[in-house]
Amino acid sequence: MLNKIEKAETDVLVIGGGPAGCWAAWNAVSAGMSVILIDKGYVGTSGATAAGNTTTIYTKRGTAERAATVDQRLRLGQGFAEQAVVETVLDRTVENLDLLAHWGYPFPTYEDGRPYRGMLRGPDYLRFMRQKLIKARVKILDHCPAEELLLSDGVVAGAIARYRRGGEALAIHAGAVVIASGGCAFLSGALGTNNLTGDGYLMAAEAGATLSGMEFSAQYGISPAYSSVTKGVVYFWGTFTNEAGDVLGEAGDRQSAVAQELIKGSVYAVLDKAPPRLQEGFRRGQPNIFVPFDRLGIDPFTERFPITLRHEGTVRGTGGLKIDARAGTTVPGLFAAGDAATRQAMSGATTGGGGPNSSWAMATGSWAGEDAAAFVKALGPLWRSRTVHRVSAVAASDRGEANDTVADVTDIVKQQILPVDRGFFRTAETLTAASQSLNALWADETWRSRRNARVREAEALIATARWVTESALLRRESRGLQRRLDHPEQNSALRKAIDTGGTDHIWTSYVSLSPQRMSHAS
Amino acid sequence: MIEIVSADRCVKCDLCVEACPDNVFDAVADGIPVIARQSDCQTCFLCELFCPTDALYVSPFSDAIEGASEADLIARGVMGSFRREMGWKNAKPRGTSGDLSYRIFETGRIIP
Ligand SMILES: Cc1cc2nc3c(=O)[nH]c(=O)nc-3n(C[C@H](O)[C@H](O)[C@H](O)COP(=O)(O)OP(=O)(O)OC[C@H]3O[C@@H](n4cnc5c(N)ncnc54)[C@H](O)[C@@H]3O)c2cc1C
Ligand code: SF4
Ligand code: SF4
Repeated sequence: MLNKIEKAETDVLVIGGGPAGCWAAWNAVSAGMSVILIDKGYVGTSGATAAGNTTTIYTKRGTAERAATVDQRLRLGQGFAEQAVVETVLDRTVENLDLLAHWGYPFPTYEDGRPYRGMLRGPDYLRFMRQKLIKARVKILDHCPAEELLLSDGVVAGAIARYRRGGEALAIHAGAVVIASGGCAFLSGALGTNNLTGDGYLMAAEAGATLSGMEFSAQYGISPAYSSVTKGVVYFWGTFTNEAGDVLGEAGDRQSAVAQELIKGSVYAVLDKAPPRLQEGFRRGQPNIFVPFDRLGIDPFTERFPITLRHEGTVRGTGGLKIDARAGTTVPGLFAAGDAATRQAMSGATTGGGGPNSSWAMATGSWAGEDAAAFVKALGPLWRSRTVHRVSAVAASDRGEANDTVADVTDIVKQQILPVDRGFFRTAETLTAASQSLNALWADETWRSRRNARVREAEALIATARWVTESALLRRESRGLQRRLDHPEQNSALRKAIDTGGTDHIWTSYVSLSPQRMSHAS
Repeated sequence: MIEIVSADRCVKCDLCVEACPDNVFDAVADGIPVIARQSDCQTCFLCELFCPTDALYVSPFSDAIEGASEADLIARGVMGSFRREMGWKNAKPRGTSGDLSYRIFETGRIIP
């Protein structure tokens, strides 16, 4: 049984089985590669798409619809979205959606019978992809998180993973590795994000990879106060009120108005602007929105209910591993796709939720699979006999029980990032305090003298929080998802990306946007 | 969070054990699965889709215990409600094509 093997070998190893990882696996296997796809959870239910459902963008180049989406991206991206990238991502998205239809994915239709390909129901879509991959002989290992990368002469050559149930470690030697482990939402409880703890960022950074745009991560989703369901789209038809019943944020940035009020007290919403036809559309399209209401006997279209903001970090923010025009990271043999990669060129400084992200996951996932396959072919058969070593010096074989302090460590990280008055609105003061606290946690060896999955997750959370915090400190302006109360204005001189990296020592640096990008943005 | 595995309804197929992304359940030889790590539950409701007999109940409270009673949930028609709305049957999606989400965009208020 596969569950028992301690060593495995594959041409391409894909880490993470959300949409990005599934498309990477499909494209690598289609290029004739052997492929192992490992997931911390279960391929089909794990990650943000599975639980959330995703609107995707199905617009053909040259049409008015395409022009509208591209214009919107460039406007909302606040100087960072790149027209050429947006267009190629959307081209690949159309190709993949058409392929899904060709495979027999049962897309819905409009009332007039035209096919509608702009929505992918998470669990339906990912179960379909899972079946497709199994038939194509991709080896799927569920409940088997990757812990660390393997290197050979500075080239990524595989990973160590560990079964969640039995605890056995698995060394997977691979010709190339795709990181598709999603973003990081810091265990905020936002829908579908529990497994998204920044593991891929940490593994890649340990191998020397660069991250970019981590300051554009102060993304929060609205949910009923008692619930995980951060499905934001319904709130476009909502009215927000405070305890006294005063309506919030009629003009301007409504989410900031909600955030400001939440610091003071309770906030409520009612979805009173949705006409009956749309109500039915929501109900028969996105049943998960209504579970928290129906089960408590609340009618959200007529009764107000308490809401909160839940941090979604780089899941719907834009930071992640820096990649080239396709999916290559700064380390040879390592590719990144979906939320694991920075989406600055696609979504700029603003959230990529609502279509861009799912399109990005499809396109970059496909490119990562294709380019990983090409990389393995270029290596030639000799890669199988190269010597590999682990990135870190710590013995991954040590899997004692987590000592109790790991939960406390995780709580400290969450306190630096999640609260609205630290994470949504930032100041030099709060960021500096966070930086000090996080640096101390990272330097402290006592809570991680033993290594196991929980400890590794906590390390990834701290590392991600540090890249976010240092990047946010460096960007002394407000732009999109970076809201600095001490620098409320946008500064045109700072239309540059911030790269970051390192683990023991975190570095940050302004880099100019690519020449290609400069010529496309206004 | 996940609250109930119904002993009356469960047929011990262990599909929920496998499909839960957060490894919340433990399989039990000759028994129904146990909720072994309730606090790891991410309240995604997806295990309900996979259960062929509507034996699971996930409370909408993500940080608190609801203390719901199975009899009451059955009386209110809640057991399996999410699965029915999604059109899943025997752990397979059968409702994909009935999605009316396109209505979200037809007024032009938001574009994807
Ligand atoms: C509530 C919600 C609604 C959303 N709606 C939309 C929308 O309408 N439109 C849109 O475009 N975007 C939307 N998004 C964003 C979108 O879901 C994500 O951008 C998308 O899921 C990214 O795909 P991915 O494959 O990169 O990551 P994910 O789908 O998150 O998958 C990552 C996978 O990696 C696995 N993993 C993590 N760590 C490890 C490890 N160490 N080893 C192995 N595997 C690991 C996880 O278990 C998971 O399965 C939404 C997000 C949320 C939270
Ligand atoms: S709701 Fe989601 S996380 Fe919780 S038990 Fe069910 S499948 Fe697992
Ligand atoms: S999926 Fe349902 S029937 Fe199967 S073991 Fe779980 S609770 Fe029992």
